[in-house]
Amino acid sequence: MAKKKRKVPGLNASSTADISFILLIFFLITTSMDTDIGLARRLPQPPEDEEVKQELKIKERNVMEVRINAAGFLWVKDGSESGYVDLAHNPRALRDRAKAFILNEQNLSVLPEKHVINIDLLGQCYLTDKHVISVQTDRGTPYDMYFMVQNELVAAYNELRNDLSKEKFHRLYDALTDEQKVAIRTYFPQKISEAEPKRYGGN
Amino acid sequence: MPEMNTSSLPDLIFTILFFFMIVTTMREVTLKVKFTVPAGTELEKLEKKSAVSFIYVGPPTDNLRAQFGGTTRIQLNDRYAEPKEIMDFIYQERQSMSDQTAQVVSIKADQKTQMGYITDIKEVLRKSWALKVNYSATHRQ
Repeated sequence: MAKKKRKVPGLNASSTADISFILLIFFLITTSMDTDIGLARRLPQPPEDEEVKQELKIKERNVMEVRINAAGFLWVKDGSESGYVDLAHNPRALRDRAKAFILNEQNLSVLPEKHVINIDLLGQCYLTDKHVISVQTDRGTPYDMYFMVQNELVAAYNELRNDLSKEKFHRLYDALTDEQKVAIRTYFPQKISEAEPKRYGGN
Repeated sequence: MPEMNTSSLPDLIFTILFFFMIVTTMREVTLKVKFTVPAGTELEKLEKKSAVSFIYVGPPTDNLRAQFGGTTRIQLNDRYAEPKEIMDFIYQERQSMSDQTAQVVSIKADQKTQMGYITDIKEVLRKSWALKVNYSATHRQ
């Protein structure tokens, strides 16, 4: 009996498309392509020793105090005024105050002291390197208000950095090279401190 | 009429499938708190998704409200947690990361949350050396 050469029948693959379609639809549904965005902040390092909570001695003229009470009201105090300035619910006003505070253009004796600092790429700069913006909240402060204050302070720094970048490098801060960014960051370091919340007024 | 040759169709679909498999990040937790994040202007993208740990803060979702009440809760992974449990959570997350110094904690908190909760969280984060935080938000205008 002569062996007939048998052909292997081809596998019916017509359903592969359907199977992969089902898989595809599954991944389409579970995919979240949205990129998370948010306000990036850096927390201070934990204190070395809990017992020794040393109060850093900072000159009064170098500090800008921002207080947000439990009702979400905003007060600001820096050297240019004797007491607290009531900003009510208006964090937008904070941006310009912060910029004026950080810059101290007229070198006023009530605003942060200026020092000559040598920065790579920028040379000798006369800037307020010791300033601190201190944000104080109450435990009852709405998060929303706190966030907007942080946002405005970061915005103030970003605007200053962008202005300086445009002046020195003719580009926005984001478009700079890494070394240029470091120079700009040394010129305007973000100094937002957050003290432990205290209880005061408005509860 | 000649039949169209569809033999390359599965390959085509598989290619699209692989694309989606690669870009997919599955939502690994079911939300037990509801929150509306605040709106801001100076926002940055969370770059490395694999180095991000999420902390959710807000009141329990509607169907859990009867059981847990309406006060603000902190959610880690799939359950409610106390602020002090965050430290273990952060360490665990850090163990599973390839680049441990790049760890970012994204705080997704409701607008109306009282700062007390946020401050507690920040305090624990500081103690566990997770210093890079990201307050999750949406773009304004």
